[in-house]
Amino acid sequence: MLETTWFVLWGILWAAYFMLDGFDLGLGSLLPFVTKNEEEKRKVYASLGPFWDGNEVWLITAGGVTFAAFPKTYAILFSSLYSALMLLLFALILRGVSIEFRGKMQSARWKSFWDGGMFVGSLLAALLLGVAFANIFQGIPIDGEGVYHGTLLTLLNPYGLLGGLLFVALFLVHGALWLAVKTDGDIHRRAVSYAKGLWPVLAVVAVLFLVYTAFATNLYANYLDMPLLFVIPLLCVAGLFLSRIFLAGDKLWNAWFASSLTIVGAAMFGVMGLYPNLLPSSLDSAHSLTAFNTMSSPLTLKIMLGVTLVFVPLVIGYQVWVYRLFRHKVTAEDLAYEEAY
Amino acid sequence: MDVLLLSRLQFAVATLFHFLFVPLTLGLAVLLAIMETLYVKTGDKEYQRMAKFWGKLFLINFAVGVVTGITLEFQFGTNWSRYSSIVGDIFGSLLAIEATMAFFLESTFIAVWHFGWKRLSPLAHAVCIWLVAAASTFSAVWILIANSWMQHPVGYHEVWNEAVGMTRFELVNFFEVITQPYAIVQILHTLAGAYLLAGFFVMGVSAYNILRKKETLFFVRSFRMALIFGFIFSVATVGLGDLKGQEVGKYQPSKLAALESHWETETRAPFYLFLVPDPKNERNLFEFGKIPGGLSLLMGHSLDTEVVGLKDIPKEDRPPVTLTFLSFRIMVGLGFLFILLTVVGLFKRNKLEKSPGFLKIMVLALPLPYLSNEFGWIVAEVGRQPWIVYGKLRTADAVSRIAVSQVVPSLAAFILVYGLLGALAFYLIYHHARKGPAPLAP
Repeated sequence: MLETTWFVLWGILWAAYFMLDGFDLGLGSLLPFVTKNEEEKRKVYASLGPFWDGNEVWLITAGGVTFAAFPKTYAILFSSLYSALMLLLFALILRGVSIEFRGKMQSARWKSFWDGGMFVGSLLAALLLGVAFANIFQGIPIDGEGVYHGTLLTLLNPYGLLGGLLFVALFLVHGALWLAVKTDGDIHRRAVSYAKGLWPVLAVVAVLFLVYTAFATNLYANYLDMPLLFVIPLLCVAGLFLSRIFLAGDKLWNAWFASSLTIVGAAMFGVMGLYPNLLPSSLDSAHSLTAFNTMSSPLTLKIMLGVTLVFVPLVIGYQVWVYRLFRHKVTAEDLAYEEAY
Repeated sequence: MDVLLLSRLQFAVATLFHFLFVPLTLGLAVLLAIMETLYVKTGDKEYQRMAKFWGKLFLINFAVGVVTGITLEFQFGTNWSRYSSIVGDIFGSLLAIEATMAFFLESTFIAVWHFGWKRLSPLAHAVCIWLVAAASTFSAVWILIANSWMQHPVGYHEVWNEAVGMTRFELVNFFEVITQPYAIVQILHTLAGAYLLAGFFVMGVSAYNILRKKETLFFVRSFRMALIFGFIFSVATVGLGDLKGQEVGKYQPSKLAALESHWETETRAPFYLFLVPDPKNERNLFEFGKIPGGLSLLMGHSLDTEVVGLKDIPKEDRPPVTLTFLSFRIMVGLGFLFILLTVVGLFKRNKLEKSPGFLKIMVLALPLPYLSNEFGWIVAEVGRQPWIVYGKLRTADAVSRIAVSQVVPSLAAFILVYGLLGALAFYLIYHHARKGPAPLAP
């Protein structure tokens, strides 16, 4: 019971992370395309300024919970995906520093350098997260000792790459919708047209991914066993279509929420399909890491549950408050004052 | 070069670099909160100016602290996977609590603070920075509880877990883990050391600008606030350091022996003002300035306190002596210097502009707390070797089973990227420190 509870919480934390940092990473990846001048670039940074760092903490928490609740999984997952995770780490470092350092000097070359960093960091991070999770769904070559018999290239298999592409597509649309919600004028129009243009790409990649998942992974087994679970991918697909419909109707906040549903649905589809595995072994299913053979002691799981049930709602509460406080569109006036990016 | 040594080096690089930015975040957040509170109370716009100026430097510093922190969480898994599997039951939960309780609060409210100057009342805005100060302190508390558990493991038992198929350390008493005296002293000593760094940072930057005669009134006021802060925490750090030494003596005899380069187990152990260790020959090459019974007194506040000598510790259980010893002495020497400098400052606080000699010293002193903080960590971590969990798990048995060909590039990348990042960060801080505060809005 505790193990399953923690498994689901673990999934929810990752879903929350993808939903939130997804728009930052997507918007960062769109930066060179959706902006045509300095003011527009500053508007992009201003639109994610109040949120990006708080969003990124969901990653730290998801990772921390993996460590706390399933330490053996954390250990084998992180050491197996060593190179990919190091790349992810440097991508996130680049992204974070680019946002914070860009506006601190007035030189055009300085800003252009960090704009490049923002783009590369965001895109690389999105790609690597998708590659990592697709490989987790598919299983990686780990033996009975938890030793990984592969390299970074092993992860760049077709299904892994498709996963990367999926995450990039999801985040690009999500980021474009965010920008559309937060801006007016030319940049707003451009954001809307990018969202509209990227949506069919996302839809195609999503369908490809859903189909390929049936061949590359065991994810559908749980769904066939308990068909009620199909509501999860259904909600994901519903979100995808709703986001397009709302976009067409110029209901942009609704479109963004629908896009959030798509991302959360996609993450939970993967997680619930994976259950009870956390990291399947492609060498021998006997070596797969599950919620039941890597979990912490009941005492630790109970204490962590208590902490989570108190603090996570609190976090959600104050993060929602921040989103509401800064829900207005970014205007030229916002950019005028000294502390703006 | 093997995976163990490379991974240790990598962890050291990552942690020492992260800790270049953490103390300033911890201490300057408090100073900023004080400045904003004074603005709320007095309505004096100069305090708001101070909060904005020092806040700009804070934000540059904070950003690097955040991104380099992610590295540490990843590294327990990437390079120390056996450690993580074996002790994750205890250690992992402390880190997860740090994230849920502290990181979220810190990262969320610093953004509100950064962007909310015009959207929040002065009081609400001040509350934000108090939350950031509290959150970064909570963060320090949890990670130091975790580190203290590595130094003095309590509240657990070692047990074969059938389901997981391994012997691991499992939590038995959470309360004991989070309230053990070793942790409390560690937390207070580290926080005090961080706060004093912030004090010296503000004093150093202020002194630099007072010497250039730039915004003198502003910087004299900043200097004086930081001076009191710096003085209090310089004294506290040394006092708490004494308590820390006693805890180390009680629970980590090999670390204590190494940091004092003490070879013979004895009561009335002497303290030497100056010595040169000769670990290969299990002695000190040269000793000078003997204070009879000094070490026993320091360790246990009694001449009868027995100090274990390195000769009575098996060779394979001894930490690197010279590095631990030197780091300790430098840290302590600097600690006393900070008290001296702040005391002198207290005497000169009403005539700072007429004390260019003292101001120049305070500019030169700016990097010193960075050194003392880093050397403190070297004592803590190198002194704990060869153990990753003192007395229970060796560092050599904790490393991941990965290839050297993976760690060499990541170590090289860290050195390169962090080197660049550090240079950029300090350049930016220097640039904005020189630029000075924005003029008072009309």
